[in-house]
Amino acid sequence: MTRKKRRLYMLGLALLGLGSATALALTAFQDNIVFFYSPSQLQTQQVGDRNFRLGGLVEEGSVQKQPDGVTTAFRVTDTAHTVDVRYRGQLPDLFREGQGVVAEGRMTGGVFVAREVLAKHDENYMPPEVSEALKQAGVYKNPAESATKTAKKE
Amino acid sequence: MHRFANPARFLRLSALLLPWCAGATVILTILGLWFSLFGSPPDYQQGETVRIMYIHVPAAWMSLFVYTNMAIAAACGLVWKHPLADLFAKAAAPIGAGFTFVCLVTGSLWGAPMWGTWWVWDARLTSVLILFFLYLGYMALVNAFDDPQRGMKAGNVLLLVGIVNVPIIKFSVDWWNTLHQPASVVRMGGPSIDPSMLTPLLVMAGAFTAYFLAVVLLRVRTEIAQRKIQTLRLAVAGGPADGVAGEGGVTDGMRG
Repeated sequence: MTRKKRRLYMLGLALLGLGSATALALTAFQDNIVFFYSPSQLQTQQVGDRNFRLGGLVEEGSVQKQPDGVTTAFRVTDTAHTVDVRYRGQLPDLFREGQGVVAEGRMTGGVFVAREVLAKHDENYMPPEVSEALKQAGVYKNPAESATKTAKKE
Repeated sequence: MHRFANPARFLRLSALLLPWCAGATVILTILGLWFSLFGSPPDYQQGETVRIMYIHVPAAWMSLFVYTNMAIAAACGLVWKHPLADLFAKAAAPIGAGFTFVCLVTGSLWGAPMWGTWWVWDARLTSVLILFFLYLGYMALVNAFDDPQRGMKAGNVLLLVGIVNVPIIKFSVDWWNTLHQPASVVRMGGPSIDPSMLTPLLVMAGAFTAYFLAVVLLRVRTEIAQRKIQTLRLAVAGGPADGVAGEGGVTDGMRG
């Protein structure tokens, strides 16, 4: 075996070892790398009285401005389960019904009180005319579908 | 492949390629910017802000592309000891770091209006930040040795260790819940971007690639010229015996 060949095999072995080590480490940390929990995950997972992030879609027709003018109440859904959310503060541009949202806060008496609300957008990009045409043709893919997929995967 | 590892042949070939790459960069950048700013529609959700994508996404692609190429060069440098492979990795590093920086900054500028935050520690953003540090770490490591050959070797090992980060960046949005949205172009089931918005994206990606090729060729040529000057100086000063140890391998390759 020439020296070049030996170096090549050693490099291959080292990369293989490194790759498996990383894969194992990432699998072990699976739960900690999750950026947010979906409403379905909250049913099975005990999060307790601590800060966490809740992600899902803002349910259609659920957004209500409270009389004080700065508090918004809405429901976050992954189409299987929903969670009531209350947030006091300014909402991002993309916040709207049917859109993805990630809120940070904690559960207080069955209601998720958010400290921060971030908008999450999906991977679809198109001009407004195209989305109108798709809606009229009835083939418009609701963002809710991808959320259901995520929920099922968990 | 071994044929192109000859520096003399590389100098001839790169002199031919360089003007074409430079020309392609200028033409594709002008065309791509026109498409990005005027020749494409606003997004149905994000409006005009979507135009940040035409800088952000090509920069992100290039940051991964450059790193992968550097890691391949590092493997060739370690196994076959090709002097050009080392020089390529060293020459490409600042360009790759630049692309990663542009990707992070434009991403932040895009996140502020759309997500409502400049930065979050989700899997995608964090892994790209690690890629940026890998580039910086490689550049620091290569220059930290008195003996350039040893610096290159240490740098090559770092590049190969860091390669595990590349699939993590690509698939982070599929493996974990992230604030960053999943892939829109390179994904199962074809792109989910309207063709009118895919065109500027691909033209800009072409412009970034041509820019990278032009600058990396130029930088490798500069490195070779610097090595030659150093060898000549040593020869004038009375032979390479009193000079930098380990230079011999590189200069032998130059003459070959």
